Amino acid sequence: MTPEKMYDEFTKGIWKENPVFVQVLGMCPTLAVTNSAVNAVAMGAATAFVLIGSCFLVSALRKYIPKQVRITTYIVIIATFVTIADMVLEALVPAVHKELGAFIALIVVNCIILGRQEAFAGRNPPLPAVLDAAGMSVGFFIALMCLGSTREILGSGSIFGVPLFGPSYEPWVIMVLPPGGFLVLGGILLLFNWVKQRKLARRAGASA
Amino acid sequence: MMAGDPRLLLQSAPFLRRGITTPRLMTEVIIGMGPVILAAVYFFGISAIFVMLATTAGAAGAEWLLGPARPRGRTLKDGSAILTGIVLALCLPPGFPLWMAFLGGAAGICLGKLAFGGLGQNMFNPALVGRAFLQAAFPGAITTWSAQGDIGGFFTVRASNFAAPFMQATPDAVATATPLGLMKFEHQTTPLTDLLLGNTAGSLGETCAIVILLCGVVMAVRRAFDWRIPAAILLSVTVFSTVVWAFNTEKFPAPWAMLTSGGLLFGAVYMATDPVTSPVTPRGAWAFGAGIGVIVVLIRLWGGLPEGVMYAILLMNAATPLIERVTQPRPFGRGAIEHE
Repeated sequence: MTPEKMYDEFTKGIWKENPVFVQVLGMCPTLAVTNSAVNAVAMGAATAFVLIGSCFLVSALRKYIPKQVRITTYIVIIATFVTIADMVLEALVPAVHKELGAFIALIVVNCIILGRQEAFAGRNPPLPAVLDAAGMSVGFFIALMCLGSTREILGSGSIFGVPLFGPSYEPWVIMVLPPGGFLVLGGILLLFNWVKQRKLARRAGASA
Repeated sequence: MMAGDPRLLLQSAPFLRRGITTPRLMTEVIIGMGPVILAAVYFFGISAIFVMLATTAGAAGAEWLLGPARPRGRTLKDGSAILTGIVLALCLPPGFPLWMAFLGGAAGICLGKLAFGGLGQNMFNPALVGRAFLQAAFPGAITTWSAQGDIGGFFTVRASNFAAPFMQATPDAVATATPLGLMKFEHQTTPLTDLLLGNTAGSLGETCAIVILLCGVVMAVRRAFDWRIPAAILLSVTVFSTVVWAFNTEKFPAPWAMLTSGGLLFGAVYMATDPVTSPVTPRGAWAFGAGIGVIVVLIRLWGGLPEGVMYAILLMNAATPLIERVTQPRPFGRGAIEHE
């Protein structure tokens, strides 16, 4: 495997095939736990751990997993990693773990993770599988951070709990409530597609 | 229409036309709103003008920036964004910070109109979407009602209007409660003459019942909107609240107080009648209005909020496509033979 190919496998998840902004997968954690930057970091890190670990294991075992029961097997492997992440978070940062609540356990059914096993790790050797998983994790992490920091700045006037604008800041309560997640995600998707369209238009203009 | 005088005009239906266009209809409504705007300025002073300017600037700015380009601002000419801004301002409190008002106007146009594809495509009344956004974002500021007589004179500005962007308003004005708030939380009734003449605290455009009623009648006669919708709203509120009141005259407010307080009349005349978001069929208009009336009474009497006109109209906006499908008139000559 050439270095360029490895580089491609890693970077595609960050921009070209970003799991949130392009594939629009994993909407449940994206909308539900991004009301503060800390929650976004914790969720991004937990998902990255589960994604990379399970992609490695699935890829290493891909020749031994019978095709008929592969989904079940993937889920068992993913659930193992989720349990580890759940316990580690509870031991290290109990406050954040409490805040995230059931959404840690729900990483099991995150479409991004099962999608990567089915689309990539189940049919590629471990090294590209891990690179692909790492790229997707970084893309997901960036997306969560965009939402989490925007919502925290507007909704609480702070970032990572540090107040930015002093005590007289008027918080936009809607931003830390569920509708805020939809509004910010919609805004970011709009921006993302606008940038992409401009890029395409410029490329078309250059080639013409 | 072609220039000159065609001898024989060949065209398809409709043959009957009213010479009315979108800009004319919008102008008609803005003129019909004139007395209400004047009443708002009379009761709340120059603050009312500032709030109206801020919301209109937000709405028109969003329409200009994010609306159809080439040429930019083309859709501003139909006046609908300006109307949205004015209507939104009239349902905000007088001391509302201007930066929030600006944001509300922009949010109403972006989320309520442009996200659906512009004028005629929107599902919800844009002004109410803007207000719902403000209600969810700044629940404190939007329920701080400064009294009418708390400022020195006409040109004295409420300080909370000029809160710096993203900052809280300084709580200088003595906040009072609206008639509905008094009714719900403190069990006081406001005299009917005050409610009719507009001598109460409340949103800019909603206090003076008589002016709104007169404007509504004039606009209905001029056919600026479908008279069935406000008629149905007022009728269903009257019936429902009379029935409830008859059960317990101590606990529940009287029907005349229900009709004249809060944003009910303003909403019935200027917001529920938005032709884009209300049913076109006559039977549908009745059903739409009746639904709004029932929801308003339900929220006011048993909900957590003192006022429910905004949510009532938005909910029935959502039901409009369904109402239109159910109440579609039978095409002429159809259905008679099938029964044989």
